[in-house]
Amino acid sequence: MSVVKAEALSKVYSTGSVAVSAVKEVSLTIEPGAFAAFVGPSGSGKTTLLNMIGTLDPPSAGKLWVVDTDVSTLDRRAAAEFRCHTIGFIFQDFNLIPVLTVRENIEFPLQMVQNWPAERRSQRVAELLEAVGMTDQADKRPDAISGGQKQRVAVARALVSNPKLVLADEPTANLDSDTAHRIISLMKTMRDEFGTTFVFSTHDPKVMAEAEVMFLLEDGRLVKSSTNRR
Amino acid sequence: MWNIFKLAARNLTRYQRRTMLTSALITLGIVAVLLFIAVAGSFKGAMIAEFTDSVLGHIQVHRRGYVASIDNLPLNLNLAPPQVRKIEEALSSIQGVESYSERIKFGALFSNFVETTNIRLSAVDPDQEQRTVPLLRGRITEGSKDGPLVTPGHILIPELLARGMKVKLGDTVVLVSTNRDGSVNGQQFVVSGVMGTISGPNGRDGYIHIADGRKLLRMTEPEVTEIAIRLRSLAEIPRVSRELNAALSDMIGQGPKAGTPGQGPMGSTNNPAGKSIIEVHSWDALSPFSTIARMIDLLTLFIQVMLVGIVLISIMNVMIMAVFERVREIGTMAAIGTLPSRILGLFLAEGLLLGLLGAAVGTAISLACIGLLNVVKVRFSFGMQQNLVLAPSIGVGSILLVAGVVVLVAVLASLQPAFKASRMDPITALRHV
Repeated sequence: MSVVKAEALSKVYSTGSVAVSAVKEVSLTIEPGAFAAFVGPSGSGKTTLLNMIGTLDPPSAGKLWVVDTDVSTLDRRAAAEFRCHTIGFIFQDFNLIPVLTVRENIEFPLQMVQNWPAERRSQRVAELLEAVGMTDQADKRPDAISGGQKQRVAVARALVSNPKLVLADEPTANLDSDTAHRIISLMKTMRDEFGTTFVFSTHDPKVMAEAEVMFLLEDGRLVKSSTNRR
Repeated sequence: MWNIFKLAARNLTRYQRRTMLTSALITLGIVAVLLFIAVAGSFKGAMIAEFTDSVLGHIQVHRRGYVASIDNLPLNLNLAPPQVRKIEEALSSIQGVESYSERIKFGALFSNFVETTNIRLSAVDPDQEQRTVPLLRGRITEGSKDGPLVTPGHILIPELLARGMKVKLGDTVVLVSTNRDGSVNGQQFVVSGVMGTISGPNGRDGYIHIADGRKLLRMTEPEVTEIAIRLRSLAEIPRVSRELNAALSDMIGQGPKAGTPGQGPMGSTNNPAGKSIIEVHSWDALSPFSTIARMIDLLTLFIQVMLVGIVLISIMNVMIMAVFERVREIGTMAAIGTLPSRILGLFLAEGLLLGLLGAAVGTAISLACIGLLNVVKVRFSFGMQQNLVLAPSIGVGSILLVAGVVVLVAVLASLQPAFKASRMDPITALRHV
């Protein structure tokens, strides 16, 4: 049973009378617990593919199953509900909510999206703070911590609701190489600890080397997939 | 829900200066409206009292058709004794009636033995009149303000007449009047007081004792022209009018008496069959100055509409800015699965909190200002009422209404930006720079 299965997946954007194919007939399968990367140059369709898997953007053609759900037919509300229970997101710019503390940012999906009871929520947040090494920064606001720490918080937020799949779009693009390496290591540790499937996009060769499964995209087409299990 | 409000409150602290400015604007609007309502209410109360407490009373009862021809002071539209008794019975059974005064109104010739002119007269029972229009005595500019208002054989004359006819206190004058049957009668009176005039109906009447009025008009029965009624409060006018009308509804006209065209059983020309022969009028139906009271109400409404505009524009502006500045944040919330309804709720909660903040601070400042005005005791004059103390007050109902409207408008103003935020496409929002 795969976590992601795409068959002839395409995405066409129309800008006035011009149609741009961002993703062209991509077929792929990602297995549970994978640490997979979409790689390729800018404009190759990595982010579009991630957005479709994340149910943020519906495909123009083809079939897409995420955790055994055909997500190509979900409406806006159903997609939101599916995301909140199944998928965690890590963004390039961290996208933490500035008025909330580190703890509250991690708690946000449980409190505002999933309505977990307070005690269980607090326990889970403490667990994630410990896992990403941010317990001592828990009461700080995002503007008081470094970029690497922000991304750690983002990782914790993505994992807090026990999603089956975490999608990360260029998670290290705004970090220096040491911090980037530490974030990828953290993600891999989280995969090992929680069994969550991680799929991320990158064009950084050092980060690519950390991926266990790699999908190379060029001009919206999947040109190569490789396994690098260590 | 609590979490949404907590986050909304945090978001408001994000742009403190903007939140403060918007709240200050709403506060200012509320203070202006509540102070206006309180001060205008005080002034309106003094103005209404000028007419009700010195001339009109709160309600008047007449024979049907009298008010329509009030300028002619018709004597054939008086209330007959059985009708007066029926009205007295009704008044004694209705709660809220403080007192009433039976009056005979008529016109006469006024002579100082040198010159003659016209005068409008109210013949009254001094005790009844004093209880019903307590400010009347305050209109006496010359003569004693103590003792009975007017005694038999004496007359209180209007100031303008006294000046024009060069009549002084203690002078003897003659009143000549024609009664309902057309016979003329005259009687001498001693001037016991001069009354200051006030604008409006009956503001330039002279006053004599009701016994003298009946004697002068050669009345065989104790008829009265009108009954002026004083209530415990103005607010009771509609209820008492309703109850009085209901109690008098069985006083139905029989139609003109056969063989005497235009004359009813009571000698009335207005005695339509099947209709009540009694009319009940509140003070505002009798005085043109009620339009000033209505204008004050209209001004209050206008200021309230302006407040709604201020709140609507300021909150809408703030919320549109908030949505525009937080597009990526909205995109993030949507991406991680926050339902559109929660995002809508978040922005509505921000608008609601802004409205509540402005309303709470505005109400507190308004109450403080009203309290201060009552301590300082600002004085003013209106008509015959000198040295009036401005006593602004505001009811809980008015406060709740104004604050409620502000909060409601704040939420409504947030609706469009909030809806926009909730419908935002996460991809587009996340790409927003």
